[in-house]
Amino acid sequence: MTPDMQSHPRLAPGCRLGENNQQRALLMPERALRLNGPSLEIVQRCDGQHTVQQIITDLQQIYSKAEPKKVETDILDYLARLRDQRALDFT
Amino acid sequence: MKGRSTAAPQLGSISRKGSAAVNSGPQPPTNPLALIAELTHRCPLHCVYCSNPLELQNRASELDTATWTRVFQEAGQAGVLQTDLTGGEPLARTDIIELVQAARSAGLYVNLITSGLPLDEARLAKLIDAGLDHLQLSFQGAREEIAAEISGTKSHAQKLRVLEWLKQVRVAVTLNFVIHRSNIDQIDQMLALAESSSATRVEFANVQYYGWAFANRERLLPTRPQLDRSIEILKAAQERLRGRIRVEYVVPDYYAKYPKPCMGGWGRKLMLITPTGDALPCHAAQIIPGLQFENVKDRSLSKIWENSAAFQKFRGEAWMQEPCRTCDRREQDFGGCRCQALLLAGDPYATDPVCSLAPTRGKVDAILEAVNKPSPAEPSLTTPVWLYRPNPA
Repeated sequence: MTPDMQSHPRLAPGCRLGENNQQRALLMPERALRLNGPSLEIVQRCDGQHTVQQIITDLQQIYSKAEPKKVETDILDYLARLRDQRALDFT
Repeated sequence: MKGRSTAAPQLGSISRKGSAAVNSGPQPPTNPLALIAELTHRCPLHCVYCSNPLELQNRASELDTATWTRVFQEAGQAGVLQTDLTGGEPLARTDIIELVQAARSAGLYVNLITSGLPLDEARLAKLIDAGLDHLQLSFQGAREEIAAEISGTKSHAQKLRVLEWLKQVRVAVTLNFVIHRSNIDQIDQMLALAESSSATRVEFANVQYYGWAFANRERLLPTRPQLDRSIEILKAAQERLRGRIRVEYVVPDYYAKYPKPCMGGWGRKLMLITPTGDALPCHAAQIIPGLQFENVKDRSLSKIWENSAAFQKFRGEAWMQEPCRTCDRREQDFGGCRCQALLLAGDPYATDPVCSLAPTRGKVDAILEAVNKPSPAEPSLTTPVWLYRPNPA
């Protein structure tokens, strides 16, 4: 299921950004996801303030050389995967 | 203490092909990713499958607050991401709030694995203020009777109270059900309990057969039809609860075709510290004859990780025998579990006997055959023949 464009993703309880050995990571129960480049830009915006649409617009600007539709698809896919891992709530 | 979990935290990377920037794949870790801190062997429960060793350490020999604090700092500096505060019952430590704070200050993600018994609302609030990230509440069943039989204690009602308190606070919650023959038919009720709670994750971990569980194995192993039915229910639950609760399960490896990648590979991801400070590559490593363990009181975590003979013993592939040595799966499961090889094949270097390719697989099949034999009557609940885990002297 694709996240709603107007919803506000927010890190779920017990999920937070961490850093170790210069590597940023999303820490969550029994898991850690390495964050680099776009994945870090996305997760930093999952603060309950940005809408999904705003995150897409921001990333399309940052990665202006990439095809905008591709950036959108990738972000929606990534957010859905984080939701399925219960790392995100949508409000 | 829950049943032994051999899951290692997964360090994944998200590759986004075709985007402006592409991540590299996961690198082999050069440092431990998770530290299992067995703070104490003291526990109000007496579970018949406890993963603690048969010889339990007493309170007087436990590491003090300052030493644990140093261990957490060393772990953070070494690049460890997560710590599991476990036991025994970690809340039996009167300094648990300080220990949570110390682990969090060291940069670690803090998991607490608890029975929930020595807990009240005020203590829960203090744990969360101290920086607790994730509380894992162990359950012995979906109902009081079986839970009491398994743990030798009345504890179920308290766990239900803890679930209510957890709804009022912001912390990740996992319900951990330890699964075996006597409760595997209650999975629907366990799922209902999880759905009525604030848990974002529920784990159905079948008992694994070491320590106390090994001693009680013949009464704990589920039958094949029970196992098949449970997997069907759990797969359906994973789909139904997708996006709400992460449903994870571990099957008893006696029924598996290939062994589990125990601890994510020996000395590759995890380090366990016993209540007295010995550093082990896994929960059960002390049963392997001839292994020498170093103690955190004498050396730093990094030095132990790199140089300890016990950690090097089964690292890599040089120690492997056939069929592991030339097997295509050797980088996936690392030959399976060394402790199980010792327990079932009598040789810690052997291929894990649960592997279908192992020359000793017949021993596992014989155990399963006995368990699956039609028996005239189930053992009565009123005549328990369990070997209960006592408290340390």
